[in-house]
Amino acid sequence: MIMCKTSKEIGGMGHSLKRKEDARFIRGLGKYTDDVQLPGMLYMDIARSPFAYAKIKSIDKSVAMEIPGVLAVITGEDLKQYNLHWMPTLMSDTQMVLPTDTVMYQAQEVAAVIATDRYIAADAVQALENSIEYDSMKPIIDPHKALDADAPLLRPDKDGKTDNHIWHWQTGDEEATEKAFSEAEVVVKEQVYIPRIHVASIETCGCVASYEKAEGKLTVWMTTQAPHAIRTVIALVAGHVGLSEERIRIISPDIGGGFGGKVPVYPGYVIAIAASFLIGKPVKWIEDRSENLQADSFARDYHMTVELASTKEGKMTGLRIKTLADHGYTDAAANPSKFPSGLFSIVTGSYDIPTAFTEMDAVYTNKPPGGVAYRCSFRVTEAVHAIERITDVLAQKLGRDPADLRFQNFIQKDQFPYRSALGWEYDSGDYAPALRMAMDMVGYEELRKEQAEKRARGELMGIGISSFTEIVGAGPSKDFDILGIKMFDSAEVRIHPTGKAIARFGTKSQGQGHETTYAQILAEELGIPAMHIQIEEGDTDTAPYGLGTYASRSTPTAGAAAAKAAHKIRDKARKIAAYLLEVSEEDLEWEPGKFFVKGAPERSKTIQDIAFAAYTNHPQGMEAGLEATHYYDPPNLTFPFGSYICVMDIDPKTAEMKIRRFVAIDDCGNIINPMIVTGQIHGGLAMGIAPAMYEELIYDDDGNILNGTFMDYLLPTSVETPNWETGHTITPSPHHPLGAKGVAESPTVGAPPAVANAVVDALSHLGVTHVDIPVTPFKVWQILKEKGVIS
Amino acid sequence: MIPPTFDYLVPATLPEAIALLHEHGDEAKVLAGGHSLIPAMRLRFAEPSHLIDISHIPGLDYIREEGGFLKIGTMAREVVLEDLPWISERYPLLVDTTKMIADPQVRNLATVGGNLAHGDPANDHPATMLAYRAEIEIIGASGARTVPIDEFFTDFFTTALEHGEILSEIRIPIPPVLSGGCYLKVERKVGDYAAAAVAVQLSLAADGSIEQAGIGLTNVAALPTRAVNAEKALRGQQPSDALFAHVGELAADASSPADDLRGSAEYKLTLIRELTQRALRRSVERAQGRS
Repeated sequence: MIMCKTSKEIGGMGHSLKRKEDARFIRGLGKYTDDVQLPGMLYMDIARSPFAYAKIKSIDKSVAMEIPGVLAVITGEDLKQYNLHWMPTLMSDTQMVLPTDTVMYQAQEVAAVIATDRYIAADAVQALENSIEYDSMKPIIDPHKALDADAPLLRPDKDGKTDNHIWHWQTGDEEATEKAFSEAEVVVKEQVYIPRIHVASIETCGCVASYEKAEGKLTVWMTTQAPHAIRTVIALVAGHVGLSEERIRIISPDIGGGFGGKVPVYPGYVIAIAASFLIGKPVKWIEDRSENLQADSFARDYHMTVELASTKEGKMTGLRIKTLADHGYTDAAANPSKFPSGLFSIVTGSYDIPTAFTEMDAVYTNKPPGGVAYRCSFRVTEAVHAIERITDVLAQKLGRDPADLRFQNFIQKDQFPYRSALGWEYDSGDYAPALRMAMDMVGYEELRKEQAEKRARGELMGIGISSFTEIVGAGPSKDFDILGIKMFDSAEVRIHPTGKAIARFGTKSQGQGHETTYAQILAEELGIPAMHIQIEEGDTDTAPYGLGTYASRSTPTAGAAAAKAAHKIRDKARKIAAYLLEVSEEDLEWEPGKFFVKGAPERSKTIQDIAFAAYTNHPQGMEAGLEATHYYDPPNLTFPFGSYICVMDIDPKTAEMKIRRFVAIDDCGNIINPMIVTGQIHGGLAMGIAPAMYEELIYDDDGNILNGTFMDYLLPTSVETPNWETGHTITPSPHHPLGAKGVAESPTVGAPPAVANAVVDALSHLGVTHVDIPVTPFKVWQILKEKGVIS
Repeated sequence: MIPPTFDYLVPATLPEAIALLHEHGDEAKVLAGGHSLIPAMRLRFAEPSHLIDISHIPGLDYIREEGGFLKIGTMAREVVLEDLPWISERYPLLVDTTKMIADPQVRNLATVGGNLAHGDPANDHPATMLAYRAEIEIIGASGARTVPIDEFFTDFFTTALEHGEILSEIRIPIPPVLSGGCYLKVERKVGDYAAAAVAVQLSLAADGSIEQAGIGLTNVAALPTRAVNAEKALRGQQPSDALFAHVGELAADASSPADDLRGSAEYKLTLIRELTQRALRRSVERAQGRS
């Protein structure tokens, strides 16, 4: 039950306010990067490599240049003159902006065309692509072969590099874990692959770069989730050509989905900026769908060997995971600097496992770079899949009900704050009630009976559970930075004389509803109606510095900053109220929207009275105005959790699968806007069943992508998504000023193993212990065929 | 995904459209709903110099019964078929098929004529028209001609349409009483082409035996495929699970699918066997008025 401290008119926390931003979005009036039109604007398009690995023999610009309206063809050699042909990645690797000699993956940028018209640019790219000669080479596609003795050295540009190994990372107590396994009564082990997928946001990436030569100022409208970080990166990378940070303005307008894919800097951005800088005119570059899908950062692609040890009675005693990570030709992951594999070490999940050890090796291959945190708060999807799958494998081995086994091993409520074997301090949690609620809602016991009856008739149904623990809100400055910039976030709040407000943030909404939820946080803390609080983000000239929106960090960081800034404003407001009421500050009490005199509630001043006085009648000696800024450095991360149950029916003849029920119980602490949270969960669940049943980027042995359009890269639609049945428990974060946690990624993280577990559960009586996602009908058919169910 | 330059022409009559096709030669293409052609152009797989848009020609979007046929004008949009109650009642196979084509947004514009004229063995209407034993009316400079559906698909993405000709009408023989049909398709998700699909149209005699049967198969060969032996095996027989299982085998025998991202050839043959049996059961139920 959600209790509201404020009236509906104020609309603070707990109210299902309609989203303010929807007034423009549902009318098609959002303003996206591609809506930016500037006088004299030029258009850029990019020629791309048909090969996964090839030497460039020659690039003949002349045919493209002869097309009327083509102004320039830009190659790696051209950028090399300005030392802009390479750029750093967020993980301190290097990435080509444009190649000078070798292409490293199919669809890599090879050269760019600048033209007066989008269509002319596309014609010129076609001509240019036909005028580039390559010597193709045998690529490395299978990461397991990347370290073979006869594998080509993919990155000879890196000093001292003698093989394709990028890094080794490990955490946990290797020896103690070894001991736990050698002494274990029961051990289960599975190879678990989390396929390479793509965020596939509906808006592709792009920018409009506009360099004003007279002022020496660069403005870039850009589809970015982290505008401030981008500004600093550009200043650091392009300082040598004269761009300094005060003359760089990044504007991130409305964004049509980010999901982590709009955190990195893509080569196209840099080329467009360089082109505008050199030509002195605005340059627009917008990717098309195939470019986005084929060339922009991928997500996941972890090959995991997962082992779990337990007693005969099912008490988990040790977890060990060895992972091979395919990063493509450069490590362009978007993780905090100290975490090359993100927050994968949350992998002990919701269970009290005394020892754990995990290690990982990252390798180069001839595939697109990336490793973005696709709605997964830095590799948590991979971790949750590993632990939730192997838990079911253990249950199967022990002949235990998977729900029972989870109850037995859950970290108990009184163990919080809980220090996990891999070093995290879980701030709060209460796992059993969430799973119990999910089981009650779905009718678990009845379903198990039905399953037994169906099995006897040769019908296939499965029930899959996922009781995940998330880790979001990066993060505390002692551990978390990106390129050295600490992962705080910020809020700047100004109260106008008439008691209305504007607030600006270092984050950037891509659909999360910040314009509404931030206003609600301020309404909660100040009593100013949310509808009268204007929220702005995304313009680096106006917003306070912040690291942006991804990894479910906005509420844990910027949301907390809003509350803290509001508290500063309230402190000043108290002084003004005391002055106006001629009492001492200690005699005043606050309720949302006003201060009143203790024992004399009729003597009060509203926040609107106080705001007016702050500009018209403030105490002598006090600064006029009513505003505050706060940069919030979270003391810890937040640990949302949930329990999901998926009921899956499988046609035993055609192997077609249908999700009959999907119950999702989430706990994200105190809820700001229940409607928005539910919406986040619905969207995230759809994005959770997507990789579980449909999505995977598929390459052949030569590195050709086999499904580079939405015709074959399968995104589920409303037809494929079941009727979500949602519910929640509330376990407030003890350290967040509002008791809130992040939520957006929980469903993306929690849903895939629920689906996979349901499918394996449906097939478990046939001896099936694991199926890699995406679990497709064809895959299931192969299993049914192998097991003799289908002749 | 930006097409090259082309000229866009909007004739007011069919003869005018045919004249434009002759005028602009092989590089001109007819545009109806555009939901196959435009994606091909965006990928630069098709680079027509001229698009001749027939969607503004009045009177090409009719759907009516006349002279023993259901006649569908070439510009009839899929969405219209979905929404006509008398079509649902008398042509369940046609409505089943229409509903399995792509998604509602596509069906708002896509046409039955285009679905056939494109000659794609993965499209859904070809198998259905084979099952119905439809006829295709084609108009060219020298007038109209009629082609039985069995002679319409001539090669991979190739039809009996000559250059300068336009598919003008689809004619489905009005089924006798005690008829039923059904289209079953396995697809990876909505909007996908079939991994395999089966169209069945049959009529029962007074004694309950199968009098006529048509079976068309989608995306299991280079051409839309009629399961000839399967049809023969049904004729004169009383419906039974054993018969349908046998016919399912014969339908699979008529298929020569290829391995692709949708699955292996063997998987698709399994689907054809199973879908054929299910479609037959359903068609018989419908013919008997039980469904």
